[in-house]
Amino acid sequence: MLCQIFVGLSRTVILFIVASGLTLILGVLRIPNIAHGSLYMIGAFLAFTISKMAGGGTFGFWLAMAGAPLGVALLSLVCERGLFQYLYEREHLMLLLLTFAFSLVFGDLVKLVWGGEYKSVPVPPAFQGFVPLFGGLPFPIYNLFLLILGPVVAIALWLLVNKTKIGKIARAAAVDREMVGAVGINVSWIFACVFVIGCFLAGLGGALVAPTVSVTLGMDATLIMEAFLIVIMGGLGNVWGALLGALIFGLTQSLGILIWPQFGIIFPYMAVIAVLLFRPTGLLKSTW
Amino acid sequence: MGPVFRKKNLIIIASVVLLFLFPAILPRFYVYMAAIVLIYGLAATSLNLALGFGGLYQFHHAVFYGVGAYGAALMMMKTGLSPWLGFIVGPLIAAVLGLVMGLICIRLSKLYFGMLQISLGSLVWAIVYRWYSFTGGDDGLHGIPVPDLISSGSAAYYFTLIVTLICTYMTYRILKAPFGSVLQAIRDNTVRSEMIGVNVRRHQLMALVIAAFFAGVAGSLFVAVDTTAFPDMLFWTLSMEMVIMCLLGGWLTFMGPMLGAAVIVALRTLVSTYTVYWALVLGIIMMLVIFFLPEGVLGWLMQLSGKRRETGPENNEQKAALAGDR
Repeated sequence: MLCQIFVGLSRTVILFIVASGLTLILGVLRIPNIAHGSLYMIGAFLAFTISKMAGGGTFGFWLAMAGAPLGVALLSLVCERGLFQYLYEREHLMLLLLTFAFSLVFGDLVKLVWGGEYKSVPVPPAFQGFVPLFGGLPFPIYNLFLLILGPVVAIALWLLVNKTKIGKIARAAAVDREMVGAVGINVSWIFACVFVIGCFLAGLGGALVAPTVSVTLGMDATLIMEAFLIVIMGGLGNVWGALLGALIFGLTQSLGILIWPQFGIIFPYMAVIAVLLFRPTGLLKSTW
Repeated sequence: MGPVFRKKNLIIIASVVLLFLFPAILPRFYVYMAAIVLIYGLAATSLNLALGFGGLYQFHHAVFYGVGAYGAALMMMKTGLSPWLGFIVGPLIAAVLGLVMGLICIRLSKLYFGMLQISLGSLVWAIVYRWYSFTGGDDGLHGIPVPDLISSGSAAYYFTLIVTLICTYMTYRILKAPFGSVLQAIRDNTVRSEMIGVNVRRHQLMALVIAAFFAGVAGSLFVAVDTTAFPDMLFWTLSMEMVIMCLLGGWLTFMGPMLGAAVIVALRTLVSTYTVYWALVLGIIMMLVIFFLPEGVLGWLMQLSGKRRETGPENNEQKAALAGDR
């Protein structure tokens, strides 16, 4: 039981990192970015390639954790400057479909570059093995690393949004884009920055999850749905909402499997429905 | 009402006659593909009833399609009743599901509506995907005993064709009826419609149930043609594909979704013979359509011919309505 809670918590961290990027983009740019899941998948595949090229081990691992998100961020920058920036004024449905088109293209590009086989990223020696938790339950060190990293990312994101200039401008632009443009700020580039930061988080989530699962095609389709539901559950554009949503989602997922193995996967969906029935616009205040 | 309408009637009659001749002039594989086009076309048309004409973000339409298919299939496999009953029970189950999901979602606006629908739909998908003893789980159902009369390829095609024609005509009548006009009025200006005494929620709910019913019909037809049902029929990516069909054909026109379905199914068949990267091609086509043909192929053709759009409202007002509450 306790063990399952901790497994759920480390799943929460991954879900939170991906969903926070999604919520950032949704809150500021108003793009429901379906391609986010594909970027997560690309992050995982990039982590595989980088760690393999660096010869595995500790160095390869850290290089992959740094390089994969940066690669994804670069890719997203190209997409944003190339296509998305022309579509901000269009209706949501068009943006949604455009990002879906991107997810299709990315999915096939991954197939083209990496093929359809299962890939795995080695866990560095320092993170192998188990530590005893309260009561002597064995718990993988890597998951402990994730548990520590989650709050770090959350705090860093909070600082970015609330304490830096770019975060403040982005929040202002989310409320009134024309006004921010009118005082002489280049809104287009602010939007690009936010988009890239959000996609960086998707890549980070993918890179972090890579050592714990088999990296494969199709890992994007379920994750993006989960991330969207988390964002909706937490309130659109609210980073803390994403954390709360991820917590609920991760825990119901892991505990649901414990309660009813066959239908464990329906519990998180039921949690989302329950939340939206009582709070139709999410648990925390949404930005729009 | 003038020569344009007579020409239009002529085109419709000619294409229906052509559709009836298909099994006589085309090889079996193409007849099968034509049936698939009709099925997806019906599903996309029913989606467009809610999406294009109702202005509702129906993001997970495939659930009703899949539930209709599973309902029909299970009716044929698990009960000793007449297999024809499956074609009625499947769509009815889909309509009931549409009512339940509609009641839950309808209070929410735009994007939240779509997302809650996806959530509920994923729940249904998860149940179908895991319930091995009843729905066959991820293997799906195979060798469904369809009625003997429609078990051959061309008979299944004729059955599909006739049902699709009837359903499409019914959808057309619904949209031309006062109900359809009210629905479009709600889409164009919800607040104003409410002010003049329209029961907005009830009309939207009706549209959802009707759309779900016809999607269920399409699903049960798929069972007749393919004798299988599988969980991917309920997955959200298929829903997105249906939205693409509407968009590609022209989601503000009546026949657009049917045309979009035909183009997509034909292209998929063609592209798949050359390469496995169909999704890549589809993605690029979608981007081109979004950038250059936001009104869809049929919408574009109608603009070219200088005709006012069937659905009435002017371009700008339409866009404002579809952009919703932003």
